[in-house]
Amino acid sequence: MKTLLVGECREGKLLESSYELFGFAAQLGAETAMVLIGNQGALPGYGGAVYLADAGKYGEYNPDLHKRLVQAAVEREKPDYVVFMHTSYGWDLAPRVAALLQAPQVSEVVALAEGGFERPCCSQKMRQVVQPVGSPVVLTLQGGAFPALVPGGAPQQQPLDVDGEGRTEFLGYEAAVRKGVDLTRAEIIVSAGRGVGKKENLPVIAELAKVLGGEVGASRPVVDSGWMEAGAQVGVTGQTVSPKLYIACGISGAIQHLAGMKKSGFIVAINKDKDAPIGEVADVLVVADVMQFVPALTAKLAK
Amino acid sequence: MKILVCVKQVPDMESRFRPDAAGVWYAETDLAFRVNEYDEYAIEQAVLLKEQLGGEPEITLISVGPDRVVEAIKKGLAMGADRAVHVQDPASHLKDPFQIASIIAAYAKGEAFDVIFTGMQSLDRGSSQVGVAIAEMLGYPCATTVVGFEYADGTVTVKRELEGGVKGTVRLKSPAVVTCQLGLNQPRYPTLPNIMKAKKKEVTVIPVEQLLKQDARLVSAQFRAPAKKGGGVVLEGDVADQVDRLIGILKDKTAVLR
Ligand SMILES: Cc1cc2nc3c(=O)[nH]c(=O)nc-3n(C[C@H](O)[C@H](O)[C@H](O)COP(=O)(O)OP(=O)(O)OC[C@H]3O[C@@H](n4cnc5c(N)ncnc54)[C@H](O)[C@@H]3O)c2cc1C
Repeated sequence: MKTLLVGECREGKLLESSYELFGFAAQLGAETAMVLIGNQGALPGYGGAVYLADAGKYGEYNPDLHKRLVQAAVEREKPDYVVFMHTSYGWDLAPRVAALLQAPQVSEVVALAEGGFERPCCSQKMRQVVQPVGSPVVLTLQGGAFPALVPGGAPQQQPLDVDGEGRTEFLGYEAAVRKGVDLTRAEIIVSAGRGVGKKENLPVIAELAKVLGGEVGASRPVVDSGWMEAGAQVGVTGQTVSPKLYIACGISGAIQHLAGMKKSGFIVAINKDKDAPIGEVADVLVVADVMQFVPALTAKLAK
Repeated sequence: MKILVCVKQVPDMESRFRPDAAGVWYAETDLAFRVNEYDEYAIEQAVLLKEQLGGEPEITLISVGPDRVVEAIKKGLAMGADRAVHVQDPASHLKDPFQIASIIAAYAKGEAFDVIFTGMQSLDRGSSQVGVAIAEMLGYPCATTVVGFEYADGTVTVKRELEGGVKGTVRLKSPAVVTCQLGLNQPRYPTLPNIMKAKKKEVTVIPVEQLLKQDARLVSAQFRAPAKKGGGVVLEGDVADQVDRLIGILKDKTAVLR
């Protein structure tokens, strides 16, 4: 069995998450090769074949060309699996490669399962086992689902080139907006999610944060709805926090939110849904309505 | 100008999910269905583009699914789409993302849409494949995970959301497909007059067999709850009691309360 791993470069550097691809291949017990659109400085610590195309020539985001570069590596390696991380690069490029190869694609794989691959569905509340029909199979892996593994050694480089141009023009990156409180230093964070219901209810969350001497954070819908500033967002596209205590109020626990807070020392979740995925990471799950529980907690703590 | 918006109807995610009789997807009994959240941003962006261009473009919605999806279609029409296509498919949940994309691409092929909007993913299946696959099948350029959209003179300029809050700006020529991410805009609530108007808008029904010519490449073999890892404490019952127990645990297990 053979896997072709698609590494990922951002501004000339190999993303750390690319090593999770090796961790996956090891679990699969498969031979590996990597394809990377990057540069010499971004080569992985891996002693096998690395098909390297120059990001200076092909661009870091040029899906039409990246797709054909991956295809060229597939033609040389003839892998059973072509594996991406489920990132903004992977979920953009993988379906294009699958279309080109006429291959089945399984998105956001979290585990190997008998006869297929396990993946989350229903906003991470449930799992589905999916069996691909045909080969090669294109996979994207959920970040953090497989352990990062640095195989070590010096890569055997294979140059990779294709002709032509892409149809999208990449105009550049825009840095993250970082305004408001620096949640990364807070020792206690009380975060509001959509379950808080409406903007008018937010003071209830702020009151709890105040009696605890903490800061207020938010999940994405709270920010998208304009209830709170973008700087308050915790998660993969917000801040990564690691307070001693994190209280998630009316937050379901989507993987993108967890990515920003699961390193917290102690996690309390208040959710009326006992099956909410936040229960997976919470040290304490309080099954209750936030608007009843939080004011009661605040009142008791204020005494 | 012609715009297509792909709309999926999905269950409310606060529902309790149970496997269907075959054990391969969820049973629909007791579920409340609504428009996929990401698709609401797609509909809104189409309507904003129509408004920007002085009402000239025609917006078509397309939804693949059983009879119930008509409710999602009605909402989209009430938000400002002009007409809709319902690809009638009682078994759409058994189709893989590639087949769903091929159904939509088969419809779109003859229609020469200038811009196609989809959500970046659905809340229930979450494959994030359909939009890109439609683009590939139609030979259109595509940008995914879009949080900013501008259109001028046949050129689409978008902001793609990348990790860590970083964005990438990308330009593509129409015809193009964009997949919409949360926060792209503020989806409007349909007003009562618009709900009334929507009732008169045309909904074309096409049986799925007319558009689907592809076999599945994926089979859903099992649907189940995740294995419980968490050894976390679950506090249920009376609120006052929950408060006391939580404070007790916090005093015991953390240094934040003395
Ligand atoms: C590429 C990408 C990046 C993303 N980045 C981020 C990010 O950085 N941060 C982020 O947070 N999200 C991010 N998201 C969005 C993420 O997938 C979820 O949509 C989001 O985290 C959900 O927020 P929520 O939990 O507040 O809302 P929901 O998922 O709607 O959950 C609300 C919860 O509140 C509970 N609830 C409802 N009413 C009550 C009540 N009265 N009392 C108690 N509980 C109640 C419900 O049971 C439910 O569990 C991203 C998504 C994508 C695709």
